[in-house]
Amino acid sequence: MAVYQALLELADDNLVLGHRLSEWCGHAPMLEEDLAMPNMALDLIGTARVLYDRAAALEGKGQSEDDMAFLRGEREYRNCLLVERPNEDFAQTMLRQLYFAAFMKPFWDAALNGTDEVVRGVAGKAAKEMAYHIRHAGEWVIRLGDGTDESAARMRDAVFALSIYVDELFESSAAAAEAEAAGVLPKRADMRPAFDAVIAQVFTEALLEAPSVDYPQTGGRDGRHGEGLGHMLAEMQSLYRAHPGARW
Amino acid sequence: MYSQGLIGADGSTHETQEFLDRFQARIDAEQKIEPTDAMPEGYRRTLVRQIGQHAHSEIVGMLPEGNWITRAPTLRRKAALLAKVQDEGGHGLYLYSAAETLGVSREEMTEELLSGKAKYSSIFNYPTLSWADIGTIGWLVDGAAIMNQIPLCRCSFGPYARAMIRVCKEESFHQRQGYEIVMTLAQGTPEQKEMAQDSLNRWWWPSIMMFGPHDADSQHSDQSMAWKIKRFSNDELRQKFIDATVPQAEYLGLKIPDPDLKWNEEKGGYDHGPIDWSEFWRVVKGHGPMARDRIKDRKAAWDNGAWVREAALAHAEKRRARKMAAE
Amino acid sequence: MVTTTPLWEVFIRPRNGLSHKHVGSIHAADEVLALQAARDVYTRRGEGTSIWVVRSADIVASDPDQAAENFEPTADKIYRHPTFYDIPEEVGHM
Repeated sequence: MAVYQALLELADDNLVLGHRLSEWCGHAPMLEEDLAMPNMALDLIGTARVLYDRAAALEGKGQSEDDMAFLRGEREYRNCLLVERPNEDFAQTMLRQLYFAAFMKPFWDAALNGTDEVVRGVAGKAAKEMAYHIRHAGEWVIRLGDGTDESAARMRDAVFALSIYVDELFESSAAAAEAEAAGVLPKRADMRPAFDAVIAQVFTEALLEAPSVDYPQTGGRDGRHGEGLGHMLAEMQSLYRAHPGARW
Repeated sequence: MYSQGLIGADGSTHETQEFLDRFQARIDAEQKIEPTDAMPEGYRRTLVRQIGQHAHSEIVGMLPEGNWITRAPTLRRKAALLAKVQDEGGHGLYLYSAAETLGVSREEMTEELLSGKAKYSSIFNYPTLSWADIGTIGWLVDGAAIMNQIPLCRCSFGPYARAMIRVCKEESFHQRQGYEIVMTLAQGTPEQKEMAQDSLNRWWWPSIMMFGPHDADSQHSDQSMAWKIKRFSNDELRQKFIDATVPQAEYLGLKIPDPDLKWNEEKGGYDHGPIDWSEFWRVVKGHGPMARDRIKDRKAAWDNGAWVREAALAHAEKRRARKMAAE
Repeated sequence: MVTTTPLWEVFIRPRNGLSHKHVGSIHAADEVLALQAARDVYTRRGEGTSIWVVRSADIVASDPDQAAENFEPTADKIYRHPTFYDIPEEVGHM
């Protein structure tokens, strides 16, 4: 295991979630959200690019960010399971975003003190972006949770569907543990109090109950994903793979 | 991105000659008309129709390009395309807002689009079949749109002109983005070059048609020109576009699919072959290859989003009630 | 219940030292969503450092029919402008 693999995990998280959000473009519930979701997607894809680039440099095999993104299959992707969950509806999309941002905000804040200059650079930018994602997604979770009967039911369904993927956010893989020991990345488990505080506040306003999760799902960091990720990657990588070595 | 001679606007109006003369004098003096100003009913109706068609075109235009966001071949291209499609949504939003100043709501305009009553640029009823189409749309379709949109920045109706200034400023990267994609393909592998040529073959004629019928066949142009809603005729804009685009294609080593295209020294511009107007009208009347799919997609987005919009309104009502109770 | 999402006018301060300027409008159910939408729609290219949103329905506007009585009477009050007064050049800038 090596530090670059920990950066790859982070990059995959950002790209996969950015890709999922981009699937909404042109199909959002209102025009204003057709602009808001690409903003968030672009934040995430931008972060992923910096991290792939840094991971490739640390790996030292001359791979490009695109090789990293487009040539690894689903077993090689190292993202957590939460980010690959399909969009389903606007409630699930916003809750997924809130969960992820509520974890990443304190993570990036802490990463500002890390030993890798590139990571510190991206952390400064990403922490601000995550603060906005928490607000944007959080305000929607509140409105949907405390909106109509239908929206409240959908929001409860979203909590049921996604809460089993939350615990994995705080697990450090062997690669992550190495990066943490080297002082490159903060310890994931340390983000729990900040995460819980944000979620508790939003859920209270949204009239949502925090579920107790007895059997959390995990495995993304080992490449054990849900079935949806393979389809997402097949689509995303099809053109790049059809023309090996071509420039775009 | 939009450019098509307005389809089916009725500029007829019933005000007194004195009122119309006074209004025309303001237009002739290059005064801008603002929403609360007195204006002929035909002027208002023409603008509602045109701005609405323009807005719908931006919104429907998100779909053919959006078709490749999830397959963009590099992360750099993915980000640029996403930002571009997002811009189109923004332009639709600015334009709906401009139309709303005339007393028609976005909901009403959306209903008209979804019922098939409202028109939009027919070019978006063609499918995007390869990545090269993303480049070609930026290069040709946005290129054609710019020809039409820059003069609209000086349109006599203030809110429309202001929206267009913002749109034109933002769109300046769109055509360059498209041309860069096509250029990369044209200089790439044989398959990529083939992809670029095939794309140009499919999009050239629809792009030329975007400017609308020939001036001699364009019914409502004269009134729109007099009111300075429209500043150049369809044929003038089409000519400008062709003259600008031919050298760009030559630079790429791509062939424009018009055997009759040749430089006319006397007029200082290119002559082009006959346009297939039956194809144009077929697509305008809603029989383009993707017409039903486009409306179906927009309708699905609107219908599937209804519960979200309702929830936001319901929550706003609760907030208001709580605030009132607290005071 | 209202079924149409209200319209809001958006004002952006391009940078500190300048006034907020009207840039366009958006639809939103409440003021929090309105601010977010304004941010997402109108500040994508670094256009601003501060946003105001105002419900379009809350704007009180002058009546266009009263434009003549409101604004034309000032046209002949040219003594309100500095160029109305003759000051010899030797006196210097004033």
